[in-house]
Amino acid sequence: MVEQVSVFLENTTGRLAELTRVLGDAGINMRALMVADTSEFGVVRIICDTPRRAVQLLDDAGFGASLTEVLAVEVPDRPGGLADVLEALQADGINVEYAYCFVEPTGSAAVDILRVDEPERARQALARARIALADRARLYVAD
Amino acid sequence: MYQPQYEAMERADLEALQLERLKATLERVYASVPLYQRMFDDAGIKPSDVRSLADLTRLPFTVKDDLRSAYPYGMFAAPLRDIVRVHASSGTTGQITVVGYTRGDIDRWADLMARTLVCAGATPDDVIQVSYGYGLFTGGLGVHYGSERLGATTIPISGGNTKRQVQVLKDFGVTGLGATPSYALLIGETALEMGIDPKTLPLRFGVFGAEPWSENMRRQIEETLGIVAIDIYGLSEVLGPGVASECVHKCGLHVNEDHFIVEIIDPHTLEPVPDGEQGEVVFTTLTKEGIPVVRYRTRDISRIVPGRCACGRTFRRLERISGRTDDMLIIRGVNVFPSQIEQVLTGIPGVAPHYQVVLTKRGVMDHVEVHVEVAPEIAFDEVKALEALRRTVAQEITSALAISIDVKLVEPKSIQRSEGKAKRVLDLRNEGGTA
Repeated sequence: MVEQVSVFLENTTGRLAELTRVLGDAGINMRALMVADTSEFGVVRIICDTPRRAVQLLDDAGFGASLTEVLAVEVPDRPGGLADVLEALQADGINVEYAYCFVEPTGSAAVDILRVDEPERARQALARARIALADRARLYVAD
Repeated sequence: MYQPQYEAMERADLEALQLERLKATLERVYASVPLYQRMFDDAGIKPSDVRSLADLTRLPFTVKDDLRSAYPYGMFAAPLRDIVRVHASSGTTGQITVVGYTRGDIDRWADLMARTLVCAGATPDDVIQVSYGYGLFTGGLGVHYGSERLGATTIPISGGNTKRQVQVLKDFGVTGLGATPSYALLIGETALEMGIDPKTLPLRFGVFGAEPWSENMRRQIEETLGIVAIDIYGLSEVLGPGVASECVHKCGLHVNEDHFIVEIIDPHTLEPVPDGEQGEVVFTTLTKEGIPVVRYRTRDISRIVPGRCACGRTFRRLERISGRTDDMLIIRGVNVFPSQIEQVLTGIPGVAPHYQVVLTKRGVMDHVEVHVEVAPEIAFDEVKALEALRRTVAQEITSALAISIDVKLVEPKSIQRSEGKAKRVLDLRNEGGTA
């Protein structure tokens, strides 16, 4: 499991820019950012190098930020990589709440971030399908 | 005038009548309502000590809480056998307040509502559509009985189903309408959408009340419907509609002073203020048998309009209600206290008890949006869960207030905190604010 920074944002102009500026000014580097939005609000999900520090900084800056545990799966960066992962979970009836992916800057692997309803069973299902979890240390500093 | 022998009484005769009726009322409540006996005893005054109208100011006030804590029948001054009807207020702050009418009360109420309709220009030849809600709310049946008493043709359509309202208005040759002002405007606009210009219909007048409205709103209603729009006033604790009404001169609401003594007090010192000065409106009923009230504090703010009205009625006039001394809001005719919203929020995990109520007009109807903070300690990162939270909050508030509202989730700590009284309500209804 890895720690993801989740932020509740109102849909107002410039709010996302303010958020990223807070992190940027503090020298926090993001690996991935994903926004899920409705007409009225959005949820921003961030994988960054120092997630706990990020939450603290955002909180101090008046954002509603929290840590969420998510699954990070490393898959070969090739067609069908994510499909294999999702099929393995589906076979065990595990529901995926949301997912997003990014490519490792170093090379051939892609990282899939998954939020599932039953993390422990998901981990077992992935192990059976010989799908590796991403190395947490390569994603961020456990601060 | 429907009862000119009263409505145009000389002041001295009126005051003599008031004093006689006041004495009878005080004897009645002292003998039959334990609360009043206790209140009078505490104030060291007996009904027989009241020898002039000026002595009224020595009597204690009655407040809404007195009625609430007497739920359901504790304020009744007549045995239940003699009560033929009960009405109730919406109970938005918790306990509903029940009021009871004897046959005599209903009879006098019908007369007063007939006066109100005549004030607006009604005659027995009119066809009056009652689009106020019927039920525990006093609006519908109040206007209904007045219209029948006058001998007009009464259409008890009640509220809702606006297209049908328009159809009846047109097909039945309606000449008078009773509704909340916002509903009257909605009926007018719906008619236009249906391709019916209300100005071409025989409709002549309307009696509108139960919610605050502005001169601007009156102009809009009069222009849209092609009618004379009259402001009427009442509250169930005192009687219901029929306590006061404008006449066609539209220069204040004539208080039916042969049945109610009106005072304007300074809400801080509780001392009466002279005519013409603004303050809180206080009523003492003079003829009520079911639930007489002595110096009932309405919390409504108004003033007595000095001078005499050109219509010939001698009753003094109340200016249009300009506000409240408490934080009660009137939204689509329903009384709402912002604290009720806070109470709901404290019972829902995932939201903070910080909120702001934003009132606007959507079309002609009041629209309520409640801004609610997502609690910082709740680690929501799923849109689905947040949407579910929003729905829960909206449903709970809607069910607690009995009016539908929209909820907007806002960021933690984004609602302005205040050292003193929090600014919980942003009322943009009279500023052309739209949602």
